[in-house]
Amino acid sequence: MTLAITIGIMVAGGVYLMLQRGMVRIVFGLILVGHAVNLLIMSAGGVGRRDLPLLQFGTALTAGDPLPQAFVLTAIVIAFSIAIYMLTLAASGSDDDTEDAS
Amino acid sequence: MNTSLLPLFVAVPLVAAGALIVPKGPLWVRRALLLAPSAAALLAATWLLWLTRDGAVFAHNVGLWQDGIAIPFVVDVFSALMLWTTSLLALVCSVFAIATGDDRQPFFATLVLVLTAGVSGALLTGDIFNMFVFIEVMLLPSYGLLAMLGVLGRLRGGRIYVTVNLLTSTIFLAGVALVYAAAGTVHLGELAGSAKENPTVAVGMGVVILALSIKAAVVPVHGWLTRTYPAASPAVTALFSGLHTKVAIYAIYRLYALVFDGDAKFLWIGVVAFTLTMLIGVMGAVGENTTRSILVFHMISQIGYILLGVALFTEFGLMAGIFYLIHHMIVKASLFLSTGAIEHTYGTGALDRLGGIAKREPLLALVFMGAALSLAGLPPFSGFVAKLTLVMAAVEDAQWTAVAVMIAVSLITLMSMLKIWGGVFWGQEPPPDDRGAPAKAGENGSVTTGTRTQPKIRTALLVPGLILTATTLGIGLGAQVLLDLSAQAAAGLLDTSGYVEAVLGR
Repeated sequence: MTLAITIGIMVAGGVYLMLQRGMVRIVFGLILVGHAVNLLIMSAGGVGRRDLPLLQFGTALTAGDPLPQAFVLTAIVIAFSIAIYMLTLAASGSDDDTEDAS
Repeated sequence: MNTSLLPLFVAVPLVAAGALIVPKGPLWVRRALLLAPSAAALLAATWLLWLTRDGAVFAHNVGLWQDGIAIPFVVDVFSALMLWTTSLLALVCSVFAIATGDDRQPFFATLVLVLTAGVSGALLTGDIFNMFVFIEVMLLPSYGLLAMLGVLGRLRGGRIYVTVNLLTSTIFLAGVALVYAAAGTVHLGELAGSAKENPTVAVGMGVVILALSIKAAVVPVHGWLTRTYPAASPAVTALFSGLHTKVAIYAIYRLYALVFDGDAKFLWIGVVAFTLTMLIGVMGAVGENTTRSILVFHMISQIGYILLGVALFTEFGLMAGIFYLIHHMIVKASLFLSTGAIEHTYGTGALDRLGGIAKREPLLALVFMGAALSLAGLPPFSGFVAKLTLVMAAVEDAQWTAVAVMIAVSLITLMSMLKIWGGVFWGQEPPPDDRGAPAKAGENGSVTTGTRTQPKIRTALLVPGLILTATTLGIGLGAQVLLDLSAQAAAGLLDTSGYVEAVLGR
């Protein structure tokens, strides 16, 4: 439940930021939504009903699912690189960030 | 066939891309490295088409890991057909980029090669998470290409492009997560048919298909495409139009056939959305006044046609849709390349600043005319066969509204092709002052007529479009070959057991 609420709040915040005008806020919004989706993938592995994904602390039957973690790792790298690129775009080029800043 | 060669479709362009980062090679070596992987992929895809023409499916688990853990690469006749076309387009567009000098930009060749690697990977993969990864591999270089070959106004187009695509990828990823939560796997072989049986999986897959529809620019989520594509350089627009949205279309076909097993209860959504796509796309083109923005709106309308095949989900409909897809990729790229040649040489694509090109450049006019007639669906070009089979498939399925819209949209398409024709190829040449400064006039082999120096379109800029128009004419005259292959691909989508067996290794 905690996970579901966290994901919900992050998506709400992300969508709010994305609907702003400035590029930097849009980037932050996308980062928030990206992390929310990462949490969603983690929750897809059934974190609530499983233990640590380490075999010395349990058996293969109860250990956490390692696959979502691999997914998240890949997704983080991709989202990170694009976020950097978008921040570069925000910093270069014409200055449309300040338009309608209020 | 030795299936361990399949990952080479991804590996070879990546290695070549890596080699091209090394600075200061001689220019011909760099150009050879840019062209060779696409040429090799074209040959290999031809061979794969030959091997899969009777419906055979080959699969390979990368690193020989066991099924379900490995990254699977699968090829059937549908993906072989797509590989063939994407390789052809990558090759032709690279030749065009060399002719326009785009390839002198640092890292241009590297980015194009990484892009083709991502496209091949997305077409070959048998797992929706890897599909996400390969689509990202395909998109990352295109962000660079879009921003690199642009001025400030283009950078703004780049912002929209990156933002929309990142958001879409995030939605795709959320869909993958939901599918994984519901089905416990993202492997296409194990997912086969599960969305039909399990509504929870269907919700997750629905999110994935929604994300793919945004990437394919289906109305009402098409707005980003018309804002961004005209902002890229002509060679890049042609490349994107041939590869990006089409990979998403391929994925929609594949996933709907495999995971939903062609579930009839969602098809009406497709029929409605894709009919609207046809109509709204072509209406959008009416208000545009540069060659490329007209063509981009037409692209959206054509995407509706292509996807209607999957919305009908009959054997005939799928065959027509696949045929249309291949035809469209070739024709659209040809149109972008021939108008791109004009834009590069004369410095503008605006209809009111061009004129009289038909007299000055008869061969280019012929190339454009051929592709434009093919797009509108006139014989003897491939567009005629494509439209005819699709209309017949819709009649067979009694989708009368879609049939009426298809025929009406064809006429409007022809009208706006005539608008480009009338604005650019006929009429008076505007005085040189009216025209934007000709791009690098001296370099373009200028000839002097009278007192003014006039640029002429070089042969190197003409050949890429010519090759593609000749291909569409060839497909139109010898349609049976591609129809047979499309029919085989459609059969593979209707009866997925061969694909599933191959990818599961059983």
